[in-house]
Amino acid sequence: MNIFSLMMSYPFMMRAVVVGILVSLCASMLGVCLVLRKLSMIGDGLSHVGFGALAIASVLGFSPLEITIPIVIAAAFLLLKLTESSKIKGDSAIAIISTGALALGVMIISVSGNGNADLNSYLFGSILAMSNTDMILSVVLSVVVLILFNVFYNKIFAVTFDEEFARATGINTELFNILIAVLTAVTIVIGMRMMGAMLISSLIIFPAISSMRIFKTFKPVTICSAILSVICFMIGITLSYIYATPTGASIVLVNIAALLIFFIIGKILKK
Amino acid sequence: MALITCDNITLSYDSRPIISDLSFVVSQGDYLCILGENGAGKSTLMKGILGLLKPTSGEIKYGDELVQSEIGYLPQQSDIQRDFPASVSEVVSSGCLNKCGIFPFLKKTQKETVKKNMDFLGITELSHKCYQDLSGGQQQRVLLARALCAAGKLIVLDEPVAGLDPVATNELYALIKTLNKKYNISVIMVSHDINGAINNATHILHLEHNDMFYGTVKEYITGEFSKKFLNINGGNNK
Repeated sequence: MNIFSLMMSYPFMMRAVVVGILVSLCASMLGVCLVLRKLSMIGDGLSHVGFGALAIASVLGFSPLEITIPIVIAAAFLLLKLTESSKIKGDSAIAIISTGALALGVMIISVSGNGNADLNSYLFGSILAMSNTDMILSVVLSVVVLILFNVFYNKIFAVTFDEEFARATGINTELFNILIAVLTAVTIVIGMRMMGAMLISSLIIFPAISSMRIFKTFKPVTICSAILSVICFMIGITLSYIYATPTGASIVLVNIAALLIFFIIGKILKK
Repeated sequence: MALITCDNITLSYDSRPIISDLSFVVSQGDYLCILGENGAGKSTLMKGILGLLKPTSGEIKYGDELVQSEIGYLPQQSDIQRDFPASVSEVVSSGCLNKCGIFPFLKKTQKETVKKNMDFLGITELSHKCYQDLSGGQQQRVLLARALCAAGKLIVLDEPVAGLDPVATNELYALIKTLNKKYNISVIMVSHDINGAINNATHILHLEHNDMFYGTVKEYITGEFSKKFLNINGGNNK
């Protein structure tokens, strides 16, 4: 507890913890439905686009969140459209866009001469990246994401479970697909500075997959995913503070450990 | 007025016409079976009825205060992910959402509808069970309960007995017949089971690649069109 209060006495840590908890909640809830719809790679694709957008923002001297969010939302629309069209398969579409955006970002950063420090912090995250305005914007956005997800929870379930049925019974599935994509885009951009473009999608995938090892119905999976995600985040950031390890990577490793534990518990329960 | 009137409709997939100039009528209380070989356009027609696919020509009219979004729909089993974490009550409840409008949660009357339909299909004690752990017949009951929650007057079933064992098949046919006779819910069923269709339905729509039949079951059995199909199936239907 002593370490914890010491940790929280740094304003940058405080900001990271507040934003991190909110991002973990958003990502893990959205993650359940992205994973179930076999769209988990969309998170990965969007984070790479976010990296490209971040590079552009930094070169042009804009505030990172304000320029990155609209670009990533636009990319989310594009990815959804590409996934729906039968000409290019969804996974290839995501791969094309994500590697393209990554290459563009690397190119912009290296040409602009900002060098490896920036590149490193964009790719793998930096706990120092969050300014006070960033934090306020992040808190507002993630609260909006959480509210929208919970208000539309039943409809999101229906669309995730059986899109055809939902559409046949008059639910505007197009709208909900867009909603999910936009919420995911916003969540990724907010979490990206801390977790890094390479690692942010782990927050979407791991908690959902872990929870599904043990729970077999939708609500418990979603709740467990949310709780697990916050716990893993807190353990990860505390470990990174104590041992001075990279924050994003520490959180991912804790999530891997949780997945292993849940996997084993799931196996035991099955017997 | 009829519940559904299809007037010379043409349905296309990737701009290739699958069904051309088809006309038929479904009235309140009808039990229509849509038969036909694979690729004859059964599922395409069903998508048309559900409003998932717009006819390229002709018109599908809904009458008798039937709202298109209030057609209960039981999709083919294969369309649903088998490893999806969902409880029986979560699945059944999702059928009520068309009655919520913009309101995000189920109202009290809708919760009662869910309960009533689960009771009717005998799945109440399964309500907290996981959908993926159920048997094929139980899964179909759950999906039928969901369809009933969405339905007012009409349910559309896409090969509901495919993959079920004979006992479960007969149970499901009996349930659907009860719905049709006792609760006066009209039924449209896409099926491969020609004998099941003859024994249960009131009307038959048989689609072939270049030919079709639409009429009552009696007309179907006595007519020329059905001869070759009934013989293939053992001819045990008088």
